[in-house]
Amino acid sequence: MTDTSSALRIVWIYPDLLSTYGDQGNALILKRRAELRGIPTEVVHVHSSDPVPEHGDVYLLGGGEDRPQILAAERLRADGGLARAAHNGACVFAVCAGYQIIGESYGDDESNPLPGVGILDIRSNRGETRAVGEIVADVDPALGVGRITGFENHRGRTVLGPSARPLSTVVRGIGNDDRIEGAYQGQILGTYLHGPALPRNPELADLLLRWRVGQLSPLPPAWGERLHDERLAAALH
Amino acid sequence: MSELPLRAQLASVLGRSAAGLSRATGRGDGSVIGGRVALKVQPDLLSRLSRGRRLALVSATNGKTTTTRLISQALREFGAVATNEQGANMPTGHITALSTEKSAVNGVLEVDEKYLPQVIEATQPAFVVLMNLSRDQMDRASEINLLAKKWRTALGKTNTHVIANADDPLVAWAGLGAPNATWVSAGQRWKEDSWCCPECGAHLNRESDPHWECPECGLARPQAAWAVDNDDDTLVAPDGQRIKLQLNLPGDANRANAAIAAATAAGYGMHPERTIERLREIRSVAGRYTSVVTMGVEVRLLLAKNPAGWLESFAVLDPPRVPVILGVNAQVPDGKDTSWLWDVDYRVLRDRRVFVMGERRTDLALRLETDGVPFEVADRVDEVLGRLKSERPDITKVDVIANYTAFQQIRTAYGRVQ
Ligand SMILES: [Zn+2]
Repeated sequence: MTDTSSALRIVWIYPDLLSTYGDQGNALILKRRAELRGIPTEVVHVHSSDPVPEHGDVYLLGGGEDRPQILAAERLRADGGLARAAHNGACVFAVCAGYQIIGESYGDDESNPLPGVGILDIRSNRGETRAVGEIVADVDPALGVGRITGFENHRGRTVLGPSARPLSTVVRGIGNDDRIEGAYQGQILGTYLHGPALPRNPELADLLLRWRVGQLSPLPPAWGERLHDERLAAALH
Repeated sequence: MSELPLRAQLASVLGRSAAGLSRATGRGDGSVIGGRVALKVQPDLLSRLSRGRRLALVSATNGKTTTTRLISQALREFGAVATNEQGANMPTGHITALSTEKSAVNGVLEVDEKYLPQVIEATQPAFVVLMNLSRDQMDRASEINLLAKKWRTALGKTNTHVIANADDPLVAWAGLGAPNATWVSAGQRWKEDSWCCPECGAHLNRESDPHWECPECGLARPQAAWAVDNDDDTLVAPDGQRIKLQLNLPGDANRANAAIAAATAAGYGMHPERTIERLREIRSVAGRYTSVVTMGVEVRLLLAKNPAGWLESFAVLDPPRVPVILGVNAQVPDGKDTSWLWDVDYRVLRDRRVFVMGERRTDLALRLETDGVPFEVADRVDEVLGRLKSERPDITKVDVIANYTAFQQIRTAYGRVQ
């Protein structure tokens, strides 16, 4: 990587608070799929004690336990960098606890609503039961991604406001509310598919890259596509 | 133990005969079923069976079976020890262990992390031994911050003496809830679950590892009385005495386990030098670190169930010319969610021959591909050995790292050597 000013900047927000289970995978697979196409990338890890840089291309937020989730939301709101980057058109990909906190509000462990970063028009709270297991969903055809699979492990239930669109329709699993899974609004995208959602869904990873760099050259099917198909078959078996 | 009420005695005997039956019919090692029968008959049996004993409860995410074995090995110097060495670490297993060794005054019980608060309350142990806490089987386990908080609360309600790893912030914070503590600097390789202060959430200052401190609330690593010097393979006792470890179990993780065991045994009156002598007698624990010889090749089995465990296993691999087989399943005992594979850094494997096996080998394959580690896919260990031998007839060693059921399958197929 010689010219980092033109590199695709992937910013991983708060790995010290929001990295519960395999969240690193999303940064790794974006970098790999970009570099396989000759696009230089730079991955920046932003700790919760550091300011969030405003000139990233893709911001990643992972999952987190209850208390780290609250701390992360408080710090992101106080910092303001993520909201500014989003308003300037950056792409944000957030999973699980990260998905909830980029919304308008989310629930703490006693279902009290707490304010989120407010860059995605969703409101989340706690459901009666925990959603744990493989999930399968069909993505909005407008995004050209097809069917996605992942693992969900959360108690959140999420309602979309008028500015956000459903990311996908649930085929198996719970997602937002048994019917819809995830949300997107411009290039801000959130999902309950936790941990390595992008490794398990190469087309979703390519969607984020396409949003930033435009047309992508196709890659020959490899282990990512194979894993996607294998997990899909297992979940629908 | 003879003053146990009749009903409790009966329950204990019933439990024991069920365990005998289970062993005789080959349906298991009997350590769980015995306790389950006993619990039905007398729910507070665990408390009764614990009375008059000096118990040590051992809990952690990783190394609890090994450390339990190490401590009981040391304490056998004084006679019989009641212990659940086969790893049945829930209350039913504890009841079986205690009723099997009715007259043993000393006991060492491995305790599942979730059950620790209730087992502390039931047994009122002399010691609670805590080594580490990290992410593990998140689809069915508790959140670890919550777990640490429950430990801390439970310890605050007892007179117990904690022996704990000062270098793991979550463990130390939990242990600081106890009225008495002995701290061991046992190290912490996996830090991804403890960058933030357990008390207030601020990013910890960890620059002068193993020391850590919170810049906001002032929580800091407690002063350790015992320490491990990994570079020198040495245990440093509270009086400054340096004791060579020279264990027959590999790696820094086992040096840590041995140091914690020596500090615990000292609480029972064992001199650390004698403890370490006894610990050197152990070469494998419930199949872990066992080598089996098959097709003329020594196959060493390493169990690793979570990211911290995989990191420790990579650190004890043989030199790069020794190939490694990685095996991952996702059955209930393993956790159904393989996301954790992405938390491990595999780049250290780049210079060796790597094979992937198990139900979730495709997950592993993508993970290795992403880290630029060349690998081959296989179905079975003997198939790998066949391939290797046809290319290198002089091959003598292979390492295997596998998670729980993958490990058990290999262990069953290639011999249950202790
Ligand atoms: Zn603090």
